[in-house]
Amino acid sequence: MSVDATLSFEEAMEKYDPVLGFEVHVELNTKTKMFSSAPNVFGDEPNTNVNEVDLGMPGVLPVVNKTAVESSIKIGLALNCKIAETCRFARKNYFYPDTPKNFQTSQYDEPIAYDGYLDIELEDGTVFRVEIERAHMEEDAGKLTHMGGAAGRIQGADYSLVDYNRSGVPLVEIVTKPIEGAGSRAPELAKAYVAAVREIVKNLGVSDAKMERGNVRCDANVSLRPHGRERFGIRSETKNVNSLRAVEHAVRYEIQRHAAVLDSGEPVIQETRHWHEDTRSTTSGRPKSDADDYRYFPEPDLVPVVASREWVEELRATLPEPPAERRKRLKEAWGYSDLEFRDVVNAGVMDSIEETIAAGASADVARKWWMGEIVGRAKVADVDPSELGVTPQVIVELNKLVEDGKINNKMATQVLDGVLAGEGTPAEIVEKRGLAVVSDDGPLLEAIDAALAAQPDVAEKIRGGKVQAIGAIVGGVMKATRGQADAGRVRELILEKLGVEG
Amino acid sequence: MTELKNELIRHSAADLAAKLAAREVTAVEVTQAHLDRIADVDGQVNAFLHVNSEEALAVAAEVDAARAAGGSAAEELHALAGVPIAVKDLIVTIGQPTTAGSKILEGWHSPYDATVVKKLRAAKMPILGKTNLDEFAMGSSTEHSAYGPTRNPWDLDRIPGGSGGGSAAAVAAFEAPLALGTDTGGSIRQPGAVTGTVGVKPTYGAVSRYGAIAMASSLDQIGPVSRTVLDSALLQEVIGGHDPFDSTSLTDPFNNLVAAARVGNVAGMKIGIIKELHGEGYQTGVENRFNESLQLLKDAGAEIVEVSCPNLKYALGAYYLIMPSEVSSNLAKFDGVRFGLRVLPKDGPMTIERVMGATRAAGFGDEVKRRIILGTYALSAGYYDAYYGSAQKVRTLIQRDFDAAFAQADVLISPTAPTTAFKLGEKLDDPLAMYLNDVATIPANMAGIPGLSLPGGLADEDGLPVGIQLLAPAREDARLYRVGAVLESILEEKWGGPILAKAPDLKNAVLGAVSNTAGGSN
Amino acid sequence: MAAINRDDVAHLARLAHIEMSAEELDRMAVELAVIVDSVKSVSEAAGEDVPATSHPIPLTNVFREDVVGHTFTAEQALSGAPDAFENRFKVPAILDED
Repeated sequence: MSVDATLSFEEAMEKYDPVLGFEVHVELNTKTKMFSSAPNVFGDEPNTNVNEVDLGMPGVLPVVNKTAVESSIKIGLALNCKIAETCRFARKNYFYPDTPKNFQTSQYDEPIAYDGYLDIELEDGTVFRVEIERAHMEEDAGKLTHMGGAAGRIQGADYSLVDYNRSGVPLVEIVTKPIEGAGSRAPELAKAYVAAVREIVKNLGVSDAKMERGNVRCDANVSLRPHGRERFGIRSETKNVNSLRAVEHAVRYEIQRHAAVLDSGEPVIQETRHWHEDTRSTTSGRPKSDADDYRYFPEPDLVPVVASREWVEELRATLPEPPAERRKRLKEAWGYSDLEFRDVVNAGVMDSIEETIAAGASADVARKWWMGEIVGRAKVADVDPSELGVTPQVIVELNKLVEDGKINNKMATQVLDGVLAGEGTPAEIVEKRGLAVVSDDGPLLEAIDAALAAQPDVAEKIRGGKVQAIGAIVGGVMKATRGQADAGRVRELILEKLGVEG
Repeated sequence: MTELKNELIRHSAADLAAKLAAREVTAVEVTQAHLDRIADVDGQVNAFLHVNSEEALAVAAEVDAARAAGGSAAEELHALAGVPIAVKDLIVTIGQPTTAGSKILEGWHSPYDATVVKKLRAAKMPILGKTNLDEFAMGSSTEHSAYGPTRNPWDLDRIPGGSGGGSAAAVAAFEAPLALGTDTGGSIRQPGAVTGTVGVKPTYGAVSRYGAIAMASSLDQIGPVSRTVLDSALLQEVIGGHDPFDSTSLTDPFNNLVAAARVGNVAGMKIGIIKELHGEGYQTGVENRFNESLQLLKDAGAEIVEVSCPNLKYALGAYYLIMPSEVSSNLAKFDGVRFGLRVLPKDGPMTIERVMGATRAAGFGDEVKRRIILGTYALSAGYYDAYYGSAQKVRTLIQRDFDAAFAQADVLISPTAPTTAFKLGEKLDDPLAMYLNDVATIPANMAGIPGLSLPGGLADEDGLPVGIQLLAPAREDARLYRVGAVLESILEEKWGGPILAKAPDLKNAVLGAVSNTAGGSN
Repeated sequence: MAAINRDDVAHLARLAHIEMSAEELDRMAVELAVIVDSVKSVSEAAGEDVPATSHPIPLTNVFREDVVGHTFTAEQALSGAPDAFENRFKVPAILDED
């Protein structure tokens, strides 16, 4: 495999203007397939989630899954698309062993949704509008495993094995119009666009949206043109770029590769490229040719889908708040700074914080626990923070124990560990581990006297009204009691002793 | 063969049903009589690709047991329970091979039943076996079967029509009282015409297509094959009705067909002669019998009017664009990956693409390849609008013509086929001449309307059966049965009995020069 | 409308995945030319304003509720397979990706 020449990204950007385009395939999480009643389930034993329809047996006929149509309309609405009054399915004819009928039932010139847009917010807050050409319904193919040859690659394989469990899983393909004007932010926009689509379909509840499982798959089209030229350059289509990071890297790589080709005076070849995560580069697939004559024609075994305006409005009424609007609303409600809120979003705990607040915690308490304690533990455990096993009720309970002076913050983290270890509720763990703060004031007063004696200048400042200096004395007491004291109670006793109002 | 058996096989399905209900005969006797007849004559006729003796007798025995038990077990039996039937080998069946008349499916057993087969099983109709056909139902003579041609019981040197020549010949040769066929451009009606039997293509969507191996999805329809009009009505009521597995299946009940076949008069009905579907290009003997039927219907009180469907001149051409286009896509699944034949290329690299190419080259016959290539061409970029797109517009024009015609007439009438049965091999090298056989039957498929063919007598010049075709508006299948049954009874009165009484005795027949090339029964 | 020649047939045979010998291509080109010629009139039959009919009986919105139905066992699924391995269909190497 020859290595393609590339230009540095900066040089490529100096000379050329990138134009992007995306085809994102979203697998719907319906209970059954698009055209058969076989279950739509990931990861079962090969060729068990199939019936005669999914295997394309002689004599079979498709029947459309109503829920899949409704999910497709919801996606169209969430992408600000128009919903076609009437649309049809069409056959896309091509031979491939993962395609049991040797045609894919898809939509051609009559997609269910068209002419939409999505406003994409980049990291720095810049908003970029991506126009959506269409979203159409189709079916997924089976899964090929290449055996022999190098590491599951198709090249050099001796034979392939086909599992049709995925065959017929409902897909919605979302196609953008050409995206112009992104400039050097093209790779970042690519990642943000795919992330936004993923977030939308997840938020709608119509897809599991797990990229690592192929629920959301992206083909990225890239072309370059010299600055100032209107006409688009020749594009490449990089297939199956299946993580957000890979989308960014693949677009960046293709820009650099195209720039080198154009610099050399050669034309870019219109072709399919394959993304390789290991080398972070693409290799040539096959050139577009007359073999791409898909001979589309209206699917004679299916009848048109008519989306009445009543039906569309009924579905629109069920749509959840769009993710971008929701973020804006929550940020304001919680009073977090830009930085705080971005950290929360990036850490993936926005939903958890919302639930925790709903359970009775304040916005600051919820953030303190999720960002300060849980995210770090989740990282160590290599799971999503929401999957670590901490419920909003646990946090509310922990916080109440602290506020009531039953335990201090340091103890609370130990209680949290106890909860995660399955030792019981926070109250039970406090009991079992004997974590109550020292409640007899006698030993505390002794420690306070000692601390005040050790730092007479600080004591003087507090007496003079500089109450904020009290931290040094509290610290001394806590040190002396090895953290067993309730810091709040210590503070009260110090102020009392010095005759100062808190 | 005993006289009793000889008599049993000559009964209509309706008569057999009555005798079974009256317990004059048992279902096992009836089924065995037909199995014996198959054993006796099918070596000559080659109507069956598979004979299903064991299962058929077991189902018959179940029916007999239920009748013997009496009470609710007997009462719940369907009227046709115990009446045996043959099934065209394009329709999938659990427990029997399904070949579609093609090498590419040789030995394949379907893991599921077609909806119509489920209905036959529910009615406890013993399935005698699977009948021969042109490969994937593509042809008008059954000569394109990979398992040898079926022969016409009227003259074993002649074709039994196609594609459903096996079903028609089986019924004409008294090997089965009933059979299922499929009709894409005339594959039920044209074999009916040339074998002196009755065949009906119901309204598109009246019978589920689920499990009929698709030839051209927007044209295919399963329908009954029988010796009487009433029998076809009885069978259509068994197999028809809405099926949630077929998106094009109609929800109309179609449960008035048997009643219509028993109305017994056509007084005051308007019957329209389609100007474009007789006359030039039609054999004299065919034209004579057609005119005779018109006169008889007139005498029976029907009003005969003439209608014109000028766009029918485009029907054959449009059909030969739409049908192969759908064929090219429907037959793509036969690729040697999931089922059926796999052939490895003789030399060169062993890739799946080449295995598919070699499998399809070896597994499909010439006519199938011709239609796949033609359809691939008609759908390919740059030609779609001119070919497929235009042909779909012609469909609209044909529908409009029929709408106008049905505004003037309750049913339309024409000869079913332009000629009587031709000799085996006569048109095999001339695809276009073969296609012309379907010129009168294709329009009904293009418009989705129902059509029925019944025997109209024998042509004077060759003594072979002539078919009369009746057409009705979509969903008005009942009209066909009403008019068909009346015409049938008038004609039989004139002939002094059913037309098939005039057919030669197969037991004394001698095979001609053309021999079966492969297959045979079992 | 272009006449159909031998190269066209070779191209169509590739699209349709049917290997054909030189002799077959020649024969098929002649036969197809006759057929194509005979159906030519169709493209002149209908004007721009005539809508296409893809379904003989017009129906719309025929749907299935999203309820799980029957499935095959792997054995049933593979019962007619020309070749299989570990409950999967086995095929020779694939020349071209996607």
